[in-house]
Amino acid sequence: MAEKILMKGNEALAESAIRAGCRCFFGYPITPQTEVAAYMAKRMAKEGGTYLQAESEIAAINMVYGAAAAGARAMTSSSSPGISLKGEGISYMAGADLPGVIVNIQRGGPGLGGIQPSQSDYWQATRATGHGDFHLIVLAPSTVQEMADDVFEAFDLADTYRTPVMILADGMLGQMMEPVVLPERKTEFPEKPWALTGHKNQRPHNIVNSLHLKPEDLERFSVERFERYETIKANEQRAETFLVDDAEIVLVAFGACARIARSAVNKAREAGINVGLIRPITLWPFPTDAIEASLGTACAVLTVEMNMGQMVDDVRLAVNGRVPVEFFGRAGGIIPTPAEVLANIEALAERCSAAKTGGDAR
Amino acid sequence: MKTVFERPHALCDVPFTYCPGCTHGITHRLVAEALDELGIEGTTIGVAPVGCSVLAYEFFACDMIQAAHGRAPAVATAIKRVNPANTVFTYQGDGDLASIGMAETVHAASRGDNITVIFVNNAIYGMTGGQMAPTSLAKQVTQTSPYGRDVSSDGFPIRVCEMLATLDGVALAQRVSMDTPRNVRAAKKAIKKAFEYQIEGVGYTIIEVVSTCPTNWGLAPTDAMEWLRENMLPHYPLGVYRDVKAEGFADVAEAALARDAEPECDPCTEPIEASEPPFEDAPGEVGSQAGDV
Repeated sequence: MAEKILMKGNEALAESAIRAGCRCFFGYPITPQTEVAAYMAKRMAKEGGTYLQAESEIAAINMVYGAAAAGARAMTSSSSPGISLKGEGISYMAGADLPGVIVNIQRGGPGLGGIQPSQSDYWQATRATGHGDFHLIVLAPSTVQEMADDVFEAFDLADTYRTPVMILADGMLGQMMEPVVLPERKTEFPEKPWALTGHKNQRPHNIVNSLHLKPEDLERFSVERFERYETIKANEQRAETFLVDDAEIVLVAFGACARIARSAVNKAREAGINVGLIRPITLWPFPTDAIEASLGTACAVLTVEMNMGQMVDDVRLAVNGRVPVEFFGRAGGIIPTPAEVLANIEALAERCSAAKTGGDAR
Repeated sequence: MKTVFERPHALCDVPFTYCPGCTHGITHRLVAEALDELGIEGTTIGVAPVGCSVLAYEFFACDMIQAAHGRAPAVATAIKRVNPANTVFTYQGDGDLASIGMAETVHAASRGDNITVIFVNNAIYGMTGGQMAPTSLAKQVTQTSPYGRDVSSDGFPIRVCEMLATLDGVALAQRVSMDTPRNVRAAKKAIKKAFEYQIEGVGYTIIEVVSTCPTNWGLAPTDAMEWLRENMLPHYPLGVYRDVKAEGFADVAEAALARDAEPECDPCTEPIEASEPPFEDAPGEVGSQAGDV
C-alpha cells in the first residue's frame, strides 16, 4: 500500500511527472510555479535525466519540442505570462504532432498581472495557446492528489494522441499542501518509431516538421488532426458530478474554484436548496455530455470561476439554451468565498421558485 | 571507369529549391561530405531553420527537424541532451541566428552545448525577399533600408564569430567563405573539424559561412562573388576566432579554467581603487529603506 505523504502541489506534480517517465524538464523561473523547477533541479540528475534552466520561456518550450522529437518524455512548467511566450512552441508541437506536457500554474493577468491564483487563462488554454488550427488536451486538477494524478496521466495521453497536453492549475493548488499518494513508477513506455534517434542506415530518415507549403497538404494534415480530436472528444471527456440528480440549480466550476463551489453547495443543501455541482476535469475536450446529462431537474446553471467569465461560454454551448446560465466570478487573484457563491445560489433559487409560481426566470 | 566525383551519400537525390548562384548548394554539399567522410550520417540529427534553408530537411539524408524561427539552438540543445551519442547540427541564416534567435544562439554557445552550428551569412533576408538583416553592411541597400543601412538609426552589423569567441563555452568559431575554390576547400576542412570536435565532446562549434544572395542583391552570381569580396570580407574577415584545441586544451571547461587563471591584459590585474564607501555600510541603508516600501 502506497504511503500517504504531505506535499506541496507543485512538488507533488513534479515528483509524479518523474514517476511517469519524464526525463527532460526545461523551465524558467516565474511565480507561483517555481517549486516545480526547483524540485526538478534537485531530482532530475539523480534520475539520469536532464534539467535545464533555459534562457527564456521561448527557449524552454522549444527544448521540449526538441526533446519530444528525440523520443523523450519532456515537460515544461510556467505561469500565465510565461505561457504566452510558449505559445509559439506549443503551436509548433501541435503542428509536428509531438507529445509533451505543459504546466500552467495560473496567476492573474493580462500583462504582468499579479501573482495570486487565477483561472484567467481558460480561453488561452482551450482556444488559442498559439496560432493555427489545433487543440490541446487540457486537464484541470482541483487537489494536490490530482496535481499528481493528472500529470502522471498527461504523459500517456500525450503519447497516445501525439499531442501536447496542458495541466491548467493555479497558484492556490501549486502552493497548498495536502496529503497525497504518489503513483507507482511507470516502467513501460510506447514505441516511437517516428522519433529522431539517427536512422543508423536501417530506415529512411525521419523528419519532424510542421511546414506544408502545398495548401492541399496542409488541409489534409489539419483534417486528419481534427479527426483525432473527434476521437479525443468521444473518449476523454471527464467530469466529476456531485448531488446533481435532483438539482434545481447546477453549479459548474473547475480546479481550485470547484472546492469553493462544493462548500457552497453543502451550505445551500443545509438551507434546503437542491443544488449540485459539475466539475469539469478535462477543459478540452469540454465535458459537454456530463453537463447535458445533469439538466434533468435543473432550472438554472451557475458557473463559478476565478476570472471575468470564460468557461461560462462553453457551459452555454453545452446547455444550448435549455435553461438560463449565470456567471459569478472574482478576478485579479481574488478567490471567491463560499458565502459569496451561496448568495448567488440563493438569488437564483428565488428566481426559480418565482418562475414556478407564475413568472418566468428566463 | 573510375568514379572521381559523385553526390555525397548524406544528400538526398532531390533538386534543391535554392536560387541559381546561391551558395547554399555548395554549403549543403560540404556538410554532407563531412557527414560521409566521418561516417556519421546514420547517427546525425540536423535542425533546419526558418528562411531559405527551411527545406533543408528534404535535402539531408539524416534524421531532421524543422525549428521555429531562431529557435534551432534550443531544439538542438534538447536533442543532444536526450541522446549525447547523436551528432547534432543546426543550419541557420543570419536573420534566424543573429536577429530573432540571438538569445538562443548566445546561450547555447555560453552553455558550451556540444552541437555544431552552420551559420550562413549573406547579409540579407533571402526568403522574405531581401530585407535588412542584422549582418547587413553599413549603407547596404535592402528592401527595408532603401536609402542604405544608416548605422545611426539601424545600428551596426553584428560580427557573430568575434562576439561568440568571447564566450567560454565556444570550442571553435571560424569564419569561412564560398567565393573561391580555395576558400571552399578551407570551408570544408572547417566544417569537418567542427563535427570532429563535437564527436570528441570539445564544446560548441560554429562555422560562419560568408555567402551570396544574387537574387536579393540584384547581381549576377559572378558579380555577387565580387561584391562579397569587396564589401563583406573587409567587415567579416575570414579566420579562426576561437579554437580551444589549437590553444592546447582538451575541451571548453579546461580552456575556461585557464582563462580565469591568466587574464589576457595587464590592466585587468591592476587593483581597482575604492571610490565608493565600503560595502559593509550599505546593508543598514538598504534595510532602513526596505522598511519604507
